[in-house]
Amino acid sequence: MSSIETEVAPTTEPWVGRSVPRKEDRRLLKGQGAFTDDIWMHRQGYVHFLRSPHGHARIVSIDTSRAERMTGVYATLTGEEVAEQQDPYFQIAPAPGGDLKDYCLAVGKARYMGEPVAAVMAETRTLARDAAELIDVEYEPLPAITDGVRAADPDTPVLHEEIGSNVAWNGVYDYGDIDWALENADHVVRIDRLHFHRFTSAPLECSAAVVSWDPGTGVVEIHSNNQMPQFAAQFMGPAIGVPSQRLHFVSQDIGGGFGIKITSYTYLTALALISRKAGRPAKWTEYRSEHMAASAHGNERTFLDIEVPVMSDGTILGFRMKAFDDAGAYLRYEPLGAVIWAQVVAGPYRLKHINVDYTETLTNKCPCGPNRGYSRLQHLWFIERVVDLVARELEFDPVELRRRNYVQPEDYPYVTPNDCVYDSGDLPQMLDKALALIDYDGARRRQADTRSNGSRKRIGIGIGSTLDSGTNNFGQARIVNPGLPFSGNGEAAHVKLDLYGEVSVRLGTVPQGQSHETTAAQTVADILGMDPDTVDVVAGHDTISNVYVGFSGTYASQFAVTGLGAAIGAAEKLREEIKVVAAVALQADVDEIEIGGGAARVAGDPEREIPFIGIANLVYANNAVLGDLADTVSLNCRYVYRPPFEVPDVETKRGNLTLTYASQVHACVVEIDEDTGAVEILDYAAVDECGRRINPQVIEGQVHGATAHGIGAALYEALHYSDDGQLLNGNFFDYHAITALDMPHIKTDEVEAPSPFSPNGAKGMGEGGGAPLSTLCSAIQDALDEGGGVVVDTHNTSEDVWRLLRARGDRPVQVMAR
Amino acid sequence: MTDPANVHPVTVVVNGDEHETTVEAHTLLVHFIRDTLGLRGTHIGCDTGNCGACTVLVDGEPTKSCMMLAAQVDGASVTTVEGLSERDGLTGLQQAFNDHHAVQCGYCTPGVLVSATALLEREPNPSEEEVRRALKGNLCRCTGYVNIVAAVRAAAGEVSE
Repeated sequence: MSSIETEVAPTTEPWVGRSVPRKEDRRLLKGQGAFTDDIWMHRQGYVHFLRSPHGHARIVSIDTSRAERMTGVYATLTGEEVAEQQDPYFQIAPAPGGDLKDYCLAVGKARYMGEPVAAVMAETRTLARDAAELIDVEYEPLPAITDGVRAADPDTPVLHEEIGSNVAWNGVYDYGDIDWALENADHVVRIDRLHFHRFTSAPLECSAAVVSWDPGTGVVEIHSNNQMPQFAAQFMGPAIGVPSQRLHFVSQDIGGGFGIKITSYTYLTALALISRKAGRPAKWTEYRSEHMAASAHGNERTFLDIEVPVMSDGTILGFRMKAFDDAGAYLRYEPLGAVIWAQVVAGPYRLKHINVDYTETLTNKCPCGPNRGYSRLQHLWFIERVVDLVARELEFDPVELRRRNYVQPEDYPYVTPNDCVYDSGDLPQMLDKALALIDYDGARRRQADTRSNGSRKRIGIGIGSTLDSGTNNFGQARIVNPGLPFSGNGEAAHVKLDLYGEVSVRLGTVPQGQSHETTAAQTVADILGMDPDTVDVVAGHDTISNVYVGFSGTYASQFAVTGLGAAIGAAEKLREEIKVVAAVALQADVDEIEIGGGAARVAGDPEREIPFIGIANLVYANNAVLGDLADTVSLNCRYVYRPPFEVPDVETKRGNLTLTYASQVHACVVEIDEDTGAVEILDYAAVDECGRRINPQVIEGQVHGATAHGIGAALYEALHYSDDGQLLNGNFFDYHAITALDMPHIKTDEVEAPSPFSPNGAKGMGEGGGAPLSTLCSAIQDALDEGGGVVVDTHNTSEDVWRLLRARGDRPVQVMAR
Repeated sequence: MTDPANVHPVTVVVNGDEHETTVEAHTLLVHFIRDTLGLRGTHIGCDTGNCGACTVLVDGEPTKSCMMLAAQVDGASVTTVEGLSERDGLTGLQQAFNDHHAVQCGYCTPGVLVSATALLEREPNPSEEEVRRALKGNLCRCTGYVNIVAAVRAAAGEVSE
């Protein structure tokens, strides 16, 4: 029996829990990544989309003849052709919202600025762009609606005549007894309006694809950076009549996604159709200005008529409000957002009585996609703003008010008013840590000093507490549409022993920077007793060779649970197969076999050992030795992790909507210049809890990234439309993406509260809960005078803050004493 | 299709290799690097010269290659991310990026490495403020810059030796 040198004993310290350096980095550091625009195909043509310059317009006619006469132009595609070649995409919404007709190019009408109305394929990138200018489109401009609340009024212009209004979905969520609470509270705080603004996490790599429709096989090969190909396939396949196995999605490295690249299937469809027409692969790389105008945006939400019952001891009983969510011009992923916020219906607090009248509207703006923190960060910001304003108006200490109302460590597992189950956590300890990191008492003293010494600077201290709910129960989709055949969740992985005993892992996920190759290798290494360096995790995703389920993809804070859950299951299956084969080879009982260092051996007898290459040899090339056992082992182990969900109750809108709840408590100190309104962050702390920490530095990296998106959105990043639907800042010159100079140093700390529900104690955590939005609004509010300006918007520029400093008179907040 | 009047001869050294070729007048340096030379490590992230994903060294100066025409590098020496390290190795800066988890999606990374390499050539021991200033033209949407700044500062000692 041969033996190999083993550097790692089977009893070594687990790899999970360590900051193992990333396996992905080397190729990315050397410029050897393979991003979508790096992919070329023989005979490809370059595609350029001609886009609507209007926010809302009837398309009277399109004439492509001048473009088609240009030498080097291969094909054009118009909405009229698309309407003949494509069925409208499946809609998640029930009627009437679900009656909306959505195609890959505008058909009959353009409903937002930048909507693609025609495509042209040509020999070069520049030729395609020039040719697009020769497509003559006659528009009849129509009045636009860009206000997500006014859009619901019956007398506003209607985007989709088939719906009859701009209301895509409406429903009331009612838990506890809000009427009783408002009647019996010692105080009721009323807030007229809070507004969560429109922004985008704007991945640095724009959307891109090379799509080739093979006329011989009927296979549509799609190299793209779409981050949820199985979702895309479920929309594209029925629309263009291609069965799933012929939609061949491939990706390797993806330059960020943040949810924005989930709904790119419309472009992939158009590329497929023009590829078929031209008989050539269609290569397309979005320009940044196209990305900003017409990929996807984060949801804008307005909260109206807010009533908050509060007891004299500071107990907040709940709230009533109306929410208007502005989905933009088409629904696509929506109206899932109309239920997904309910995963965090009470936020991190023990609120019992909640009534939300939720309306999703359509406006002449870019369609929304599930941007990082999707639908929950809007609601979590609302709750934190409410808590802060209750503290201010009723003169509670904002720290003590939070402490009193937080879900307490002994409450877990905590059942929320809508039957979600918060798995674990310790919010008070996180708050302590966050305040310690910013030296809260010292900051309060500085604040008092600047107030008393006549300085033109003001200090503000802010706190934001949020949740990152992960691993969706897709059954919640039935709450928005009881007819949908969705529930549960899951992810697939495949672990195999290859010909020479190498361990190779394939995932169902589609990472965009989340370090899946590294954390999957750590996980599998522990189970098979190896070093992560020797575990090969195949980069990227390929639907022909990777395993997947309908939920596969990388989105919604779930890889640590579903992706690694699948990797664990597959690796354990492989470990058992290796043991069974080793037992035969070593003439021992299976129970006696242990695995480590790339070999299986009989416990306590180091002489009786077989390396993985020997196991592989027996199964792949020497199976007569194994006899019948060869029929039952394959060394190719697929496993699907399935979280234990039940179907929610669609009538009462109750159920366990997500498996895990990571939490974030942020705190910051800002200095505000009274003369300019400029906000400078003096100190910023982020404390994170996400269950068992698989790779601490990867977690910290996600915390940093989510924090940057939040700070960027709070102070710099906002998408502005004119009333007629013109996007006013559609590139990185005008849309100020946060830079290294804007970004403060982030102090971090953590609390570890393993999830009792996930297979490894971990929680999904990549999205964060948008805590910086709450934290900065809280800090700005804290710097304003008592009785003065009220922070009612997520986005506060220097000018906004300058106005808040000078606000007097009517206030949007009232306190009703009982 | 290409009008001969719009074609310019260019002799340029890229990552140590001399290329003698012609380019169309409108060809951007970044497209010459990516499409003509096939060096795909230099990326494109915006249309306006803001994001820095396309940063390369032109005669040692960090330059956004989307803001320059290929014809303008005639006679110059260009270094792209592929030219920073030897075939098998990593530079101290690249190693520091791995050690400090300064890479997530990796799309901005080549441009950031080029800008930071130029900074460390110029200022072997930069302060945090100097690092942030040197990288203000390189957008990163994943890391919040925290670990990038840490990695550049960690690499500084090594480079200065």
